Amino acid sequence: MDIAFIREYTPLYVEAAKLTIGIALFGILFSIVVGALCSIIRYYKIPILEKLAGIYIELSRNTPLLVQLFFLYFGLPKIGIHFSSESCAVIGLTFLGGSYMAEAFRSGLEAVDEIQKNSALALGLTSVQTMWHVILPQAISVSVPAFCANIIFLIKETSVFSVLALPDLMYVAKDLIGLYYKTDEALLMLVVAYLILLLPISIIASLVERRVRYAGFGN
Amino acid sequence: MQDLGIRVLFMGNNMARLLGGLWVAVKISLISMVLSVIFGLLFGMFMTLKNPFTRAISRIYLEFVRIMPQLVLLFLVYFGMTKTFGINLSGELSAVIVFTIWGTAEMGDLVRGALISIPKHQYESGAALGFTQIQTYQYIIIPQTLRRLIPLSINLATRMIKTTSLIVLIGVVEVLKIAQQIIEANRYTVPDSALWIYGTIFFLYFFTCWPISLLAGKLEKRWNG
Amino acid sequence: MKNEETLLEIRHLHKDYGNGAVLKDVSFDVHKGEVLVVIGSSGCGKSTLLRCLNGLESIQTGTISFCGKTIDGSKKDWFQARQKIGMVFQSYDLFPHKTVLENVILAPLKVQKRSRAEAVEEAEILLKRVGLYDKKDVYPRQLSGGQKQRVAIVRALIMHPEVMLFDEVTAALDPEMVREVLDVMLELAKKGLTMIIVTHEMQFAKAVADRVIFLDNGEIAEEDTPENFFNCPKTERAKSFLNTFVFEEG
Repeated sequence: MDIAFIREYTPLYVEAAKLTIGIALFGILFSIVVGALCSIIRYYKIPILEKLAGIYIELSRNTPLLVQLFFLYFGLPKIGIHFSSESCAVIGLTFLGGSYMAEAFRSGLEAVDEIQKNSALALGLTSVQTMWHVILPQAISVSVPAFCANIIFLIKETSVFSVLALPDLMYVAKDLIGLYYKTDEALLMLVVAYLILLLPISIIASLVERRVRYAGFGN
Repeated sequence: MQDLGIRVLFMGNNMARLLGGLWVAVKISLISMVLSVIFGLLFGMFMTLKNPFTRAISRIYLEFVRIMPQLVLLFLVYFGMTKTFGINLSGELSAVIVFTIWGTAEMGDLVRGALISIPKHQYESGAALGFTQIQTYQYIIIPQTLRRLIPLSINLATRMIKTTSLIVLIGVVEVLKIAQQIIEANRYTVPDSALWIYGTIFFLYFFTCWPISLLAGKLEKRWNG
Repeated sequence: MKNEETLLEIRHLHKDYGNGAVLKDVSFDVHKGEVLVVIGSSGCGKSTLLRCLNGLESIQTGTISFCGKTIDGSKKDWFQARQKIGMVFQSYDLFPHKTVLENVILAPLKVQKRSRAEAVEEAEILLKRVGLYDKKDVYPRQLSGGQKQRVAIVRALIMHPEVMLFDEVTAALDPEMVREVLDVMLELAKKGLTMIIVTHEMQFAKAVADRVIFLDNGEIAEEDTPENFFNCPKTERAKSFLNTFVFEEG
């Protein structure tokens, strides 16, 4: 193990990790927006849009991100639609993540008993108030585990962005292996980098999940 | 131009080559899935052991495999094994190893979940009806476990197929690699072929995974709904 | 105690889910201060009737008038009316993410825009009345079924409804908890609250009702005072229905 080598190239990994975090942040944020939109559309059964959301969710969940990215990055420019590598990464991650978030939210909404809606309406609450004060708080607590799992899943999925020529962690590792043949060092730093990125989130997620599961409410 | 681009699919045996490439990916996921089911059943039972040592080991294995992106695992095996142990693994073999390691962890966790979800009184009522322990497992416990397990493992299979798309990045000649070759070969005659080829691959994957997902959903609704 | 002011006027109510009518040409009045008990075998349309009276189910034909004004079925109309029509369901309808007190004051705060201090004050008085003041800060999960239903009643009462609908509120309770809920309802009846009660508790029905409606296959088969109905039912259908409860009389 070449410690000097590791020390020398750590900054490269830090830069790469920053890029990964940036893209993941935007991708996750937009995924939440897309997912929330889809689940609202499906919950209120808005005609036509409901169908479209359904088709999108099936397409997104049944195709690999890598293939989605190839189409976005190499396919679309042929009909004049160009995206930068970064935009491509964010769009791809959002296209993938939106459907996963939508499913997480949907399972939460479905878990809230119909009678909850009825009794809120019977008390005179409007449908918006019913959603906000009664259904959403319960739905969110049910969705939390799936939501956290999705965040970790999406960060992991960012590992394919090197195909967009983005200098992310995989790209750096592969570069160092190719250039200097320092395979062990490069791979070790790669694993450590992902552990540093994902372990805290995973621990927080399981703490939050436990808190929600044992929260002071629930029938 | 657009009406021309699609013809690249029908030139020569391009479509057959793409399907062949997809088969490489599907084949690797099928082999890994079969191995994962076998090892996963064992690992799942292993995880239900009350021994703190076996618990810690299985926990670390599960968490590590889950937290690492599958591409990192592929790199570790494909590049790492060669360097560290001097074994030269082909991309295909590395892929099968990695997806089996990953699949075993995921499958094991599903098996564990299914096993502990069977309430104790199910065992007791089996005994109360005069069943032997083997009969209790045969008629009561295993059928219930399978009903929980089968839809979830079918889902795992679609995840496996989607994830095998990564093997192009460790040099396996599969559908995306063949696509690149076709696009390269036609870059002057059909300049927009990339759109059509990658679009086709998108739907090839979709029509491979979607029916499987539908089946899983249907089984889940019927058995656990 | 009774005056003849008509609170609810139901005329020719018809409800159909597409596979046969659930309610057929149902008409009746509810007067102010009256306790109306609706009984009938399960599936006869009792619950659907109550849900129609609160706008939770839409009706195909017929009219519902409340305080002399016909409710046109629009969302806005129902939001107005519901504030004056309280309803308590079979069970499990407390909001699990809110404490007892929060459950009770949610609607006064959000619907009636009352001040928090005033809503809390009234909530506490009402909770004391049903013996649950000391439970005001616990979550529904920690309550027994009977306690939950008493909270649900308080939650509806705090809106100062003109009429309360009770949909088999004791049906899901363990027998030893039925009593505490029925006592609260008897108390309310004595105070002159207008109520429509769907129940399977015949003794309670006899004790609390001013008038009984017997619903059979979606239509009103009999409508009478409790004395007449329980002692000498006029129709065969009512007789055979009451016979199934004979063992309770002992």
